[in-house]
Amino acid sequence: MNVLIYLVPMALALGLTGLVAFLWSLKSGQYDDLDGAAQRILPDDDIKT
Amino acid sequence: MAETLDLSTFVERTPAGASHITLAVEGVGCAGCIRKIESGLANLPGVIDARLNFTQRRLAVDFRDNEIDAGQIVKAVEDIGYGAHPFAPERVEAAEDRQAKRLLRCLAVAGFAAMNVMLLSISVWSGNVSDMTQETRDLFHWLSALIALPAAAYAGQPFFQSAFRVLRARQLNMDVPISVGVVLALGLSLYETATHAAHAYFDSAVMLLFFLLCGRYLDQVVRRKTRVFAGNLASLKAEFAHRLETSGELVRVPAAALRPGDRVLVRPGERIPADGTIIAGASEIDESLITGETTQRAVGAGAKVYAGSINFSGALTMQVDAAGAGTLVNEVERLLDRATQAKSQTVRLADHAGRLYAPVVHVTAALTAVGWLLAGASLHDSIVTAIAVLIITCPCALALAIPAVQVVATGQLFRTGIILNNGDAIERLAEADTIVFDKTGTLTLPEPCVDATLIDPDLLERAARLALSSHHPLAAALARALGERIPYAGAVEEPGAGVCAMIDGREARLGSAKFCCLAEPGPQAAARDSDASLIVFAHAGRIANIPIRQTLRPDAAAVTQALTKRGLDLIILSGDRPAAVEPVARELGIKQWRAGLNPAEKIAVIELLKSQGRRVLMVGDGLNDAPALAAAHVSLSPISAAHLTQAHADALFLGDRLAPVLRAVVIARQARRLMKQNLALAVIYNACAVPVAIAGFVTPLIAAVAMSASSILVTLNALRARLTADVTVDAVTAQSPVKTDDPDIKQIGTVAAGARIEPVS
Repeated sequence: MNVLIYLVPMALALGLTGLVAFLWSLKSGQYDDLDGAAQRILPDDDIKT
Repeated sequence: MAETLDLSTFVERTPAGASHITLAVEGVGCAGCIRKIESGLANLPGVIDARLNFTQRRLAVDFRDNEIDAGQIVKAVEDIGYGAHPFAPERVEAAEDRQAKRLLRCLAVAGFAAMNVMLLSISVWSGNVSDMTQETRDLFHWLSALIALPAAAYAGQPFFQSAFRVLRARQLNMDVPISVGVVLALGLSLYETATHAAHAYFDSAVMLLFFLLCGRYLDQVVRRKTRVFAGNLASLKAEFAHRLETSGELVRVPAAALRPGDRVLVRPGERIPADGTIIAGASEIDESLITGETTQRAVGAGAKVYAGSINFSGALTMQVDAAGAGTLVNEVERLLDRATQAKSQTVRLADHAGRLYAPVVHVTAALTAVGWLLAGASLHDSIVTAIAVLIITCPCALALAIPAVQVVATGQLFRTGIILNNGDAIERLAEADTIVFDKTGTLTLPEPCVDATLIDPDLLERAARLALSSHHPLAAALARALGERIPYAGAVEEPGAGVCAMIDGREARLGSAKFCCLAEPGPQAAARDSDASLIVFAHAGRIANIPIRQTLRPDAAAVTQALTKRGLDLIILSGDRPAAVEPVARELGIKQWRAGLNPAEKIAVIELLKSQGRRVLMVGDGLNDAPALAAAHVSLSPISAAHLTQAHADALFLGDRLAPVLRAVVIARQARRLMKQNLALAVIYNACAVPVAIAGFVTPLIAAVAMSASSILVTLNALRARLTADVTVDAVTAQSPVKTDDPDIKQIGTVAAGARIEPVS
C-alpha cells in the first residue's frame, strides 16, 4: 500500500491544478461571453499574415 | 439643422487615462456582425479597442477623447448598419455580477472537494467490506478532512453568512438548518476520525454544499439574465431631447441627462422628454400615456407637461422642473409609496417551505438523540444517529426544487417575449384569479391606427404619400399604416395645420378641415366617429375624412376569451371617458368595467377586490396605472409603458399582441404545478429517508446515494416544463372559436356607464 504515499498527493495535485485553472479562466473573463466565443471561431480572415 | 450629440454623461475614464463607453447594440446576429463592428471601429482614428459581448449584445469601446467623441462612435456603428444606444450600467447589475462570480467560485471549490473526497470515500466504503487496514482508513479520513474542512469553510460562506444574519434578527430560514447540518457533520466526522471509527461524513457535507450552491447559482443566473436584457431594452428605448444651450445652440442629449432648469425644444411629433413647464409656443399634446385620456389637450405658455406625452401640432420650448408638490407625478409617487408599503409581503413558496422545515428537522434530530438515550444507547451512538438525521434531511432537493423550475420557466417566458423584473413573479402570476386591464395602450395599441374601411383606396394611397411629408403624429400613423415610402416632391408643411402639394397638376391638401377649406365635418360624421381623430384629404374636388383611432390589439378578443375560459375574471379600469371604454368592453365581452378613474380610485377598486379575497393581476401602461400596478398582487406592463410604470411592473411584455398575458398565466401556472410536485418529491424523499436515519441505519454511503438521487430527480422534473408548454394563442383559440352570438356579450350594451363591480358571491 506504500504506493499511496505518492499516488494520492498526485491525484490531489492534478485536481487542484484543474481548480486553479478554472478559477484563473473565470477571473480573466473567459465566461463573460459564451455565445460570442462560439461565433468568433468561425471567421478566419483575422489571421495576420 | 446641424446638431451636436452630447453623450458625455455616458463616458467613463479608465485608469489608463482613456475614455470608455458601453453601447447596447441592436441587430447583431452572427460572427460576421461581430467582425464588421469591431474592425470597423478599430479602423477609426482615436479608437483604442472595441469589443462586442455577443451574449449581452453590448459593445465596449475605449477611445482617446481628443481625437474622436462618443457621438461619432455611435454614428460609426450606425453607419456600419446596426443600432447603437449608449448604456449606463446600473449599480445593481454590477453587484449581481460580483455575486454570481463569487457563487461560481464557491461552486467550483465545492465541486473539486466533492469529487476528491468522494474518490477517497468510495475507497473506504469498498475497503470496509474487504481487507482495508485501520491505518489506511485513518489516512484516507484525514486526507478527506484536509480537503473538506478548508473547502467547506470557503464554499459554505454564502450559507453561513445568511444564517448568521437571520439568526441575529431572531428568525429562521433555510440556511440555518443547512449551516447547522454542515458544521455538525464536519465536527462529528473529525471526532470519528480521531477515534479511528469506520464512518466519516466528510463527503456528505461537501456534496450537500455542492448541490445547494447549484441551486443558488441557477437562481442568480436567472436574475442576472433578465436584468441584462431589461438594461439593454431601457437604453434602446431611451429618448433624446433637444437642449437649448445658453448660447442659443441646439444640442441633442439623452433625456436621462436633462437637469432641472434646462430648456428643451420639443418639435411636433416628438415625445416630451421630461416633466416641466412650457415657456413658449402653443400646441396640442396627447397625454394618453399619462392619464389614459385619448382626447388631446391644448397647452400654451405656463402649462405643466409630463414626460411621455406626445407633442402634436406646434413647436414648444419648455423648462425642465424638479418634481414639485401638487403635480400629477408627485401625486402618483405619493400613492406609490403607500401602495408599496401596504403590499403584504407575499410569502414565497420556498421561504414558506423553509420556515416549516427548519423547526421540524431540528426537533426530529433532538427527539432521535433523546429517544436513543432513553432506549439505553450510549451518548456517542445517540448523537451520531441524531446527526445522521440532520444530514439526511438537509434540504438539497428542497433547495433545488424551486430554482430549477424558475430557470426553465423564465427561459420560456423570455422566448415568448416576456421579461421578468422580479424572480418570484412566476409564483404570484400563477395565483392570479382576476385580471384588471387598463384600456389605453394596454388593450388598445399604444399608437393610433387608420380606420380605412370606408375610404376609396386610391384616395387613401395619395393621402398616405402626402402624409410622409408631415411630422404630425396622426399623419405619421397614416403613412405607417399604408406602408408608403415615396413622398411627393415639393410638399409644404404648415405647422399645426396640414401639408399641401401639387399632385398631377392639381393641389392636394391633408390636414384639419379648416386647412382643407372645408366647414367642420358634418354632425353625422362627428357623431359616428366620436372616439376618432379625423384628418381630411382634399384633392381635385374629392374629399376623404380619414378617421384615426385607438384600435384594439389584434388578438385582444381571442386572448380575453381564452383567459375567461381559464377561469379568470376580467375587469377594465380606465382613466378614459365612458364613451370610449364602453365599445371596447363590449367588443371584448368584458362585463365589468369602470371609466374616468383617477389613480387613487384605481387603487381603491383593487383594494376592494383584494378585500374580497381575490388575487389581482393588473395589466397597465400609463403613469396613472403605476400605483395600481404596485398595489396589485402581481402586475404586467407592455414595453411601451411609461418609465415609472415599467419599474413597478413585475414583468414586461414585448410586441403588439396581447397574447403574452395569456402565455404568462399559462406558463406560470404550469411552473407552479411543477414547483409543488418538486416539493412533494422532496417531502416523499424525506418520508422514506428519515425513518431509516432515525433507526440508525444510515451509513455515509446511503446518505450520498439518497441525496444525489433526490436532487437529480427534482432537476429532471423541472426540465419537463420545457417539453409541454408550447402555448400559442392560435392553439387556444382553435379549441374555442369566438362566438359572436353569445347572449352575454350582447347584453353588455345595456350596462350603464361606470357599472359597479359586483362582489363575488
